[in-house]
Amino acid sequence: MATQPNADIVTRLLNDDRRALARVVTLIENRAPQAQRILAQLHAHTGRAHIIGITGSPGAGKSTLVMQLARELRRRDRTIGVIAVDPSSPFTGGAILGDRIRMQELAGDPRVFIRSMASRGSLGGLAVSTRDTVRALDAAGFDVVIIETVGAGQAEVEIVRAAQTVVVVTVPGMGDDIQAIKAGILEIADIFVVNKADRPGADQTAAELRMLLSLDEQRKERAWRVPILKTSASTGEGVPELVDKLDAHLASLKESGQLAARGGRQAQSEMLALLHQALVERIEATIGAEEWDRLVAEVVARRSDPYTTAARLAERIGLTPPADAD
Amino acid sequence: MADERKIRVLVAKPGLDGHDRGAKVIARALRDAGMEVIYTGIRQTPQMIVEAAIQEDVDAILMSILSGAHMAIFPKVMELLKENGADDILVMAGGILPDEDIPAIEAMGIKGNFGPGTPLSAIIEYVRANVRPDRLEHDLTPLVQTGAAIEPGATTPAHDDPAKHEEAGR
Repeated sequence: MATQPNADIVTRLLNDDRRALARVVTLIENRAPQAQRILAQLHAHTGRAHIIGITGSPGAGKSTLVMQLARELRRRDRTIGVIAVDPSSPFTGGAILGDRIRMQELAGDPRVFIRSMASRGSLGGLAVSTRDTVRALDAAGFDVVIIETVGAGQAEVEIVRAAQTVVVVTVPGMGDDIQAIKAGILEIADIFVVNKADRPGADQTAAELRMLLSLDEQRKERAWRVPILKTSASTGEGVPELVDKLDAHLASLKESGQLAARGGRQAQSEMLALLHQALVERIEATIGAEEWDRLVAEVVARRSDPYTTAARLAERIGLTPPADAD
Repeated sequence: MADERKIRVLVAKPGLDGHDRGAKVIARALRDAGMEVIYTGIRQTPQMIVEAAIQEDVDAILMSILSGAHMAIFPKVMELLKENGADDILVMAGGILPDEDIPAIEAMGIKGNFGPGTPLSAIIEYVRANVRPDRLEHDLTPLVQTGAAIEPGATTPAHDDPAKHEEAGR
């Protein structure tokens, strides 16, 4: 019944209508009822874009670097979609999304589309809807989709599941900065950028990174050698080299078959997530919030346990056959 | 299962004055009211404001202006919004707006005009009360009806679109 408006908005999105694209992203963000049907239609049109993730600590210069990257990519005649994620307030749910401030130079270029996104309680450095938004931008035909994460510490590694190439941005002079990134985020980098390289200590930071990478035994077996680049996002220095490396990484992913493998892993995790969601919805539809609260209270009071309660619920929604009396 | 629909507001400083304290205070207040605020910074041209509003699919635009250029900037913003089929966005203004200009500003369709001393709660309430409800209900009808695309010739004309009737009949 509601397929027609969807078909219409999909056609418009595929035909470079920026308003339709923007509205689709809103539907995705709010998990509107139409969103899944629209995304289903868009899927066939995706798979062309190079998806790049930019992550790093707050203040490392991610937004400015994204602006410079986009400028360089435009020079090479490529179109760019940017998703800039900023944190939502855990108290009010509101957010101030300020990444556009540093991307003003890109305003007015019809081949660049920037969307600010609040993390809405998601903790991995992205929003829940970031991956589906990538899908919309990919279908809209952008050559490159850049995801800028929330300022990240050690554990915000979600980007690795959303992007094909992950750039970790760090800066010199943050004391023992390497400590802060050695676990988690160090392992997800396909490219390291030491930004603000005009500041003292850039060479030392690069050397420390190189040392840490050389200790990583797993890396040695891979075809791709993680480069460490120095940039100055305020002047644009080092940015053309960064674009060259981004291209080289994509080529390497294709050549090694990793790109296809990544695609497979992503499709798998997406389908599992959707099944999980369907399951939760089914449970919610079967038992009301009141009964749910009662079951939770029983577990808390030790009158029941989580395993038995979950097993009974699985039975009730027909997921498992009724257990025989034992 | 849809999530709670967040109101998205673009807070922009058009014109050449760089006094953005008021804009930042309002951005913060809207955030604390649970809204998502896209803050664009100072020296925004009408083109930049409208383009950002479209890409961000905001429900409301709040322009803060102190320089006195409002009678040059506001009509251009309204014209560009209309041209791009984005005139379902609530447009408000704040800053120094002389009383004698208010009728003209309101005639452009900019209804909320918040001068110095306006309580922040009044602005928040105004946004909540005046954002178009169809925008908050994921209704695609306004988008289909307005029909205008940024890239000319990219879309099918809205008037022979059966989708409109379908959606309207829900």
